[in-house]
Amino acid sequence: MTVQADLTGQGPEAFYREELRAGRFMIQRGVSSGRCVFYPRHAAPGTGEALEWVEASGMGTVYSTTVVRQRPEAGGDYNIAVVELAEGPRTMSQVVDMAPQNVRIGMKVRARIDERDGQPILVFVADEEAGR
Amino acid sequence: MTLRGSAAIVGIGAAGMGEARGWSAIEIMAMSAQAALADAGLTIADVDGLFVTSAFHALPTISAAEYLGIRPDFFNGSAVGGASFEMHVLSAAMALRAGLCNVALIAYGSNQRTLGGKLMTTLEPQVNEGVYRPRQPISAYALAAARHMHVYGTTREQLAEVAVAARRWAMLNPDAFARGPLTIEEVLSARMISDPLSRYDCCLVTDGGGALVMVRAERAKDFPRPAVYMLGAAGAHWHRQIAEMPDMTVTAATQSGPRAFEMAGLTPAQIDVVELYDAFTINTILFLEDLGFCAKGEGGAFVSAGAIAPGGRLPVNTNGGGLSCVHPGMYGIFLIIEAVEQLRGMAGERQIAGARTALAHGNGGTLSCQATCIFGTADTL
Repeated sequence: MTVQADLTGQGPEAFYREELRAGRFMIQRGVSSGRCVFYPRHAAPGTGEALEWVEASGMGTVYSTTVVRQRPEAGGDYNIAVVELAEGPRTMSQVVDMAPQNVRIGMKVRARIDERDGQPILVFVADEEAGR
Repeated sequence: MTLRGSAAIVGIGAAGMGEARGWSAIEIMAMSAQAALADAGLTIADVDGLFVTSAFHALPTISAAEYLGIRPDFFNGSAVGGASFEMHVLSAAMALRAGLCNVALIAYGSNQRTLGGKLMTTLEPQVNEGVYRPRQPISAYALAAARHMHVYGTTREQLAEVAVAARRWAMLNPDAFARGPLTIEEVLSARMISDPLSRYDCCLVTDGGGALVMVRAERAKDFPRPAVYMLGAAGAHWHRQIAEMPDMTVTAATQSGPRAFEMAGLTPAQIDVVELYDAFTINTILFLEDLGFCAKGEGGAFVSAGAIAPGGRLPVNTNGGGLSCVHPGMYGIFLIIEAVEQLRGMAGERQIAGARTALAHGNGGTLSCQATCIFGTADTL
């Protein structure tokens, strides 16, 4: 017998990036609990529950925010935020397309997949429909 | 079987606090170790247990042992950031109690300031953080501070109180690096780094090393200086990346603190001197709350009006802290050194009269690892 776990296919991180590149923001969900997980894991943290992939709604709320100050010649100030996804998990990201200091905790945001340095990157923009 | 009072610190030493131009990290570590051993009336030949963590050495106990010329019977280089040294105190107490070693040396050295002037780190970018270019570790603490302000109404003035209190203690400490006067207004108007943290909300970038010598309690009275006993210790960590912190206003100190207090058989009200890992001003507020010195959300009010400064209601960070005394990348060992100085009654102008108990709380990563040590004089046993 083998003691090795089956690693056919690819790991969850590679799958996530591949999907992101294809324009889909995927997160994972516990198959029995329905509890969502992000960032991509091989199994649910804390329980080991099996996970299945689901497309995220992309909706979220700013949990906390900061402005990284940077000289204009180096690119200027930019936002760093922690966004709580509508499905529950949080992620670090950036809220873009607005002045970084105007990002507020509690603001409704939605996900957008940008490309930066040739790589897809998950960012968020203010959700105009939800208002600020 | 309890570890309470089973081991004691009988030697402390430090070197290069501030700037140590021309000295390497391992040299500063070795000078610190030498000073701590001399303080204990011992030599390097007496050491058989070695506890080292460093951003400069991937295999820290191996590098340190070779340099010092030690063939340790027990060693631990476990890395949990700045809190590593509080965990080393616990590990050393366990190893001493189990008879795995007889003289434990805990040591650290760094020349990050004169080497590059930046925080020296071996920390890898996190899978879901690095792409956004947070200015770590500052941005993580800024996010925690912003959340605390949002939930509890904590103000930048209250954060500034922490910085000013640390500076006022540093002004009483000849070993402190930043000793010039500092006002609330100066903190508030200083250059913003990662909102809401300004330059003075952030710790120093210094050189420096420190070392401790620990032995079993039954022989602790045989040393030149008064022994300082470990009464309780515990560590906890819940997240690596700041976005994974379950509640950004509650740290794992709510797990490490109660366990350390339980081992010590003490309550926060019975602690005479408090040393908290103040890499950023928000830390002091979070740890005062999470360790039970005040209720959750009341840390900002607790530190106001000079309450943790010299002459205030609770002496906190009496050496000047990471904000104003020394912060060579990992500050954890200096918390313990200051606790020992206070409990020996040898802290000079900043001495807390009659101090019998002290708490040293370490922090590592981005509010990730929390490790609490409680120390006492011989009459607390």
